[in-house]
Amino acid sequence: MSSPKTSDRPGTRTLDRPPRASAVHVDKTYPLWFYIPGAVVYLALFITPTLFSFYFAFTRWTLFKATFIGFDNFVLFFQEPGLIGSLKNTLVYGFTTSAAKVVLGMLLAVVLSAPIIARGYLRSVTFFPVLVSAVGVGITFQVLLDPFHGVVNAAITFFTHADGPGWLTNPAIALLSVAAIDVWKGVGLATLIYIAGIAAIPNEYFEAARVDGASAFQMFRNIILPLSFPATSTVITLSLIGGLRSFDLIWTTTQGGPGFSSDVIASVIYKNYQAGFYGLSTAGNVILFIVVTAIIYPLSRWMNRRETVL
Amino acid sequence: MIAMRKPTRWLIGIFGIAFTTVFFIVPFAFIFTMAAKDQNEASKLQFSWPTHFQLWENIVTVFQSRDYMLIIAFINSFILTVASVTLMVVFGSMIAYVLDRRKSKLNPLVNTLVLAGLIIPPAVVPTIWVMQSLGIFKTLPGLIMVEVAFGLAFTVITMRAFIASIPREIDEAAIVDGAGPLRLFFQVVFPLLRSVIVTVIVVQSIFVFNDFQNPLYFLPGSQNATVQLTLFNYISQSQSSFNLLFANILVITIPMLIMYIVFNRQIVAGMTSGAVKG
Repeated sequence: MSSPKTSDRPGTRTLDRPPRASAVHVDKTYPLWFYIPGAVVYLALFITPTLFSFYFAFTRWTLFKATFIGFDNFVLFFQEPGLIGSLKNTLVYGFTTSAAKVVLGMLLAVVLSAPIIARGYLRSVTFFPVLVSAVGVGITFQVLLDPFHGVVNAAITFFTHADGPGWLTNPAIALLSVAAIDVWKGVGLATLIYIAGIAAIPNEYFEAARVDGASAFQMFRNIILPLSFPATSTVITLSLIGGLRSFDLIWTTTQGGPGFSSDVIASVIYKNYQAGFYGLSTAGNVILFIVVTAIIYPLSRWMNRRETVL
Repeated sequence: MIAMRKPTRWLIGIFGIAFTTVFFIVPFAFIFTMAAKDQNEASKLQFSWPTHFQLWENIVTVFQSRDYMLIIAFINSFILTVASVTLMVVFGSMIAYVLDRRKSKLNPLVNTLVLAGLIIPPAVVPTIWVMQSLGIFKTLPGLIMVEVAFGLAFTVITMRAFIASIPREIDEAAIVDGAGPLRLFFQVVFPLLRSVIVTVIVVQSIFVFNDFQNPLYFLPGSQNATVQLTLFNYISQSQSSFNLLFANILVITIPMLIMYIVFNRQIVAGMTSGAVKG
């Protein structure tokens, strides 16, 4: 994530004022109670449930009565093949969507930052899928990817005279198909972040490179790629967090199926919630918490360090 | 930027148009044509121009179905989006402002909490449990507060980077002129945040309006459904009439499309100065 540098100088520069008085001045000008409205909502509806999840994950829970059962929920989670598969699927889904968004977003942004014709139109069109809800995208692609009548397979048959795959019905590829839909839907946002990142690169670099006779590829390799790193780290962080927690699109395309082949932790949490296994559902939440934090925290620390080096 | 000769500009531009047409325009055109077909033709799932163009009739039918539920859902979704995004912007900018301007012992804690809010997946059932004890489970105000709580971290991070770029001399000038903390923030600083506020409003509105997971958990029941929930429930009801299903998708996408077209230019500007700058 971006790390704004706070300046160390005192808040006021008024002349003829002893330092003590200026500290009081800062207190008065920037009152701490500004935190309170946001903090109340945030602590009540986000932090409190998160803290309590570490207790309820170890219970058999009906919302009214919680019986402590130790690690039983976690044992169950790691014994059932469907549940352990969801852990693997979560990782596959998170990393493939994130990697694809970085690569495609960067490529699209470079093209859309260059002075080509119809640039404004192309930028808008790339962003359009971001505006459609996951439910809408899910329904649309269920129909487009229909194995027998769908437009995609009709096109494949037209060009190759062979049957297309069952994108969402073949257990072997269902998860990756949903991941591809996710990339289609989300690449516009990654592109937008990259466009902003490339626009923030000072023009002098490009002018200097032009004077030195650098080729377009050299400019990309030696200027855009390193200097858009803040954008890269934003895209990686946001899309990885989104990918690992992803629920909406998976639930509206495959509902975790066929079988459990595209189940992720977030969909298992929902299924257990629906079935009334609140303790098990919360254990899934704790596992998801650990997975996301164990990946994102060191990653963002590392990327922040690299950003400051640059 | 990278310089280009005129033929290259055209070549890459035309290639881009061809590429986006296949990957982005065709799916949208598909939604549109499906929404305009009659039931029989739509069930063939083909990408073709409708023989009987009945877009308007389909839209009217969608609105009329289930006792005008879509209209109620639209009202709910608008209240949800406007209220939660407004609160996010006001609360988030207040936090980001004090966090940037004042070095207090709270700063490390606040920073940790903000980062946690971005990373940690919300614990679903415990949230329901807390909401029940507060008496706001299955209520629209409850869902609004949940969206605020979940969206606050992103808002603070985006706004803080921008606030850091506003010179403190402006604050000082206002103080010398006798402004108190509230007037300083809401009348002097807040208007200067315009471009980043637009970015936050657009991004969070898209997120809240299109949100499926949180209404599914925290606002179940058909009485006060949001547009995304009505669309999802419509799948099982209208399995045989794809034309109505796609008309529904079309109708609930239009508000976000309009918002994007209105704010298009300012989004990139806000992102350049806010979120992405290191």
